[in-house]
Amino acid sequence: MVAYPGADNPPFRMSMLIYDRRYRSLTLQAVVFILVMLMASWLINNTLHNLSAMGKTLSFDFLFRRAGYDIPQQLIPYTSDDTHLRATMVGLLNTLLVSILGCIAATVLGVTVGVLRLSSNWLIARLMTIYVEIFRNIPLLLWILVILAIFTEVLPPPNAYRGDNPAAHMMLFDTIAPTNRYTAIPSIGMTNPPGVIALGREGISWAVVAFAVVIVAAWFGRRMLNARAQRIQDATGLRPTTWWINLAMFVLPVLALSWYYGLHLNRPVLKGFNFAGGITLDNSFVVLWLALTLYTGAFIAEIVRAGILAVSKGQSEAASALGLRPQRTMSLVILPQALRVIVPPLISQYLNLTKNSSLAIAVGYMDLRGTLGGTTLNQTGREMECMVLMMGIYLLLSLIISGGMNVFNSSVKLKER
Amino acid sequence: MSDIQAQSPAFVRETMLPPQPPPSSAAGVVLWLRTNLFSGPLNIALTVLGLAIIWMIFRTLWPWLSHSVWNAGSMAECRQIISEAYGPDAHGGCFAIIKHRWNQFVFGFYPQDLYWRPVLAFGLLFLALAPVLFADSAKARRIVLGLAVGLTLIFSAMLGGGAGALVGMAVLMLGWVALIETRPGWALLASLLYPFLAVWLLWGGSLWGPVMALAGFGVGFAVWQAGARYGLFAVALGAVAAALWWMFAAAPVAHTLAGLVPLRLTPVSSDQFGGFVLSITIGVAGIALSLPMGIILALARRSDLPVIKMMAVMFIEFIRGVPLITLLFVASLLLNYFLPPGTNFDIILRVIIMVTLFSSAYMAEVIRGGLAALPKGQYEAADALGLDYWKAQRLIILPQALKVSIPGIVSTFIGMFKDTTLVVFVGLFDPLKAMSDTVRASFEWKGAYWEPYIFVGSIFFILCFGMSRYSMYLERRLKRDHR
Repeated sequence: MVAYPGADNPPFRMSMLIYDRRYRSLTLQAVVFILVMLMASWLINNTLHNLSAMGKTLSFDFLFRRAGYDIPQQLIPYTSDDTHLRATMVGLLNTLLVSILGCIAATVLGVTVGVLRLSSNWLIARLMTIYVEIFRNIPLLLWILVILAIFTEVLPPPNAYRGDNPAAHMMLFDTIAPTNRYTAIPSIGMTNPPGVIALGREGISWAVVAFAVVIVAAWFGRRMLNARAQRIQDATGLRPTTWWINLAMFVLPVLALSWYYGLHLNRPVLKGFNFAGGITLDNSFVVLWLALTLYTGAFIAEIVRAGILAVSKGQSEAASALGLRPQRTMSLVILPQALRVIVPPLISQYLNLTKNSSLAIAVGYMDLRGTLGGTTLNQTGREMECMVLMMGIYLLLSLIISGGMNVFNSSVKLKER
Repeated sequence: MSDIQAQSPAFVRETMLPPQPPPSSAAGVVLWLRTNLFSGPLNIALTVLGLAIIWMIFRTLWPWLSHSVWNAGSMAECRQIISEAYGPDAHGGCFAIIKHRWNQFVFGFYPQDLYWRPVLAFGLLFLALAPVLFADSAKARRIVLGLAVGLTLIFSAMLGGGAGALVGMAVLMLGWVALIETRPGWALLASLLYPFLAVWLLWGGSLWGPVMALAGFGVGFAVWQAGARYGLFAVALGAVAAALWWMFAAAPVAHTLAGLVPLRLTPVSSDQFGGFVLSITIGVAGIALSLPMGIILALARRSDLPVIKMMAVMFIEFIRGVPLITLLFVASLLLNYFLPPGTNFDIILRVIIMVTLFSSAYMAEVIRGGLAALPKGQYEAADALGLDYWKAQRLIILPQALKVSIPGIVSTFIGMFKDTTLVVFVGLFDPLKAMSDTVRASFEWKGAYWEPYIFVGSIFFILCFGMSRYSMYLERRLKRDHR
């Protein structure tokens, strides 16, 4: 507030709390705060009263008791003798697994469809429009149920793959076998395994560490190489060719490691009535993953399309007037500007996908809601604790994703002066 | 002279040649095919791929669709008809299930002789919305109104509404249409009454319940007006008066009046709701409530008052961070813990509250985007005109911000409407899963997977696609002002 010269500042009176704009905002905030706190204390009071009337207390002890139920798909070792806490962890990891794989697949699908929708090919553009509109305007639950019905009703049973003249054939060079109970995919095996770092009951293979180290090193090497190329370009105007060195840095060590460890694919092979070798993925996971991918992919396609359309045509024309080749125009001019528009809504799509993974309830996939908010809740009868914990975990997950993506967003954001 | 004549040509054409048609490769179908489908190797490959996809889909679906049966009493009968007509291995859709059980998908377990009530409520929805949605274009409005009145009467007659009910409906609807066309201001007031009318039509019971709920707003408004010169105080007093009315006076007064003048419809309890009646009830209520709540939350989040801003941020981020399913579980499992012992209120109402809270947080973010997109000059201009906060928001800021955020608002609506199917997980009968399962559980229709999904999916598609087209129409209509 501006103090007028000459005007005497009147001393504070109680009525100024209402009539003076300087103080009224304080009054308003105090009143709202008190009302909200009163409401919250009323709710908490009710809750405590109701709980004590039922003879319950708020306690998280149940997390350390024996869970006593099985989980079909588990990323860390788990048996029914483990605690509810471990069951929760298994569920959380399952949520993360389907969310991360869903985000990756939906991004690939969405970017492809979004670009193809802008294609000059009339037929493809129309097909992609139909895909996007159909998937965007029909509830996700329907897609989950339809894909579930396809998997359980249409796909062959495992024994259909048997015999000299089988009724069903495996896909992709005999590596994937979708059946009505599970989907068999190949696993990666090593003939010369390097041993395992033991971390309690889990273990991480040294091979994983070695591959991670090699890839990270290649990443740093690439950055140094590009910086050197930039220096040379700044000094001489000529940019040395780097792409094959870059490629070699990533590919050669990986190939060498694979050869050293004897990496190979274990194909699933029918033994008796079921597939052995390879990994058998529970169909609940495959169904949920496919449905989330197809549904979110349609939304991402729209985001990508809008992002590309948001870059004005003059930009690409200016780039070609400067003599940039189409590939460099894309990577230096169009993409950086389109990403700026694409990334913020993309973040919220990733968040949506993670939250929508709780629809696992429709297919019986044991995610966080299936374990902590499902079987554990029903077995222990601790609704309050389970729900609070589950919502807290989901909230934390969302905050982590949006935090991480915001960091990425600030790196592509328009740097304004 | 002679020189020039000697050099002049022997022949000069004095008239234009008639224009030749362009070569066949540069016009018509051939040109279109060449530019749109076969302009290069990549494009040719894409076209072939597209044709292959279409062929695959056609080859899978066409036999099934073309063998579909519409007249049968059970799944077994369907299969028998198909194998008789097309051979023993043929598959076909059994859409007879839709013909037999469509009423369950649409009305759930609503009493069959009362089907006219949801139909009337749905028809009146368009009458209530028309003055708002189609304010400028008289032609579009009249088409919508005519269709709403006509279709409502036809459907009610087909669903067995009595003659008395039909005449009453016709009088009510035509009177309302006349009001909209002659007195638009009064029609807006009538639109405000619609929610109470719809609640009465859907749930039945005494008319005095909704009327007394409405009277609470009247009491609050009267108290506010009486003390208008005390500003904010009067608003608070009005709110308190309305709350007191609802808590203590509404029920006894309604009871007394019902004793004097019994205006009653057969009550229908919430567990008889299902199918699209349930989805649309929850969806429309959620939409109507979440928009104002979203606006208030967005304004709170952009407010200068730190306490209010912090609360809005916490609320919005909390709601956006958890899946809707968990909120619905809170509504069904935990709400009894939060309320005083012995309180038990309707499950549909609980779900509507949760869905509203959920979508209002998303709505707030969309509107906040619109508010942020306004140039700062607009806020400063409003201040320079001496408008106070609410007047500035109402007259200058919100009209522009809401206009910018229309696409986001409508897509939030669509998302919410699609999410109404999730109520199946708290035991309500949504049209998609619960109703399909119910129908499939009967002996006759065991094994009917695709037909219910196709039917329900198509209705969802039509409604959601219609909403998104309307938002595009609205954008175009509002853009015209900027020319």
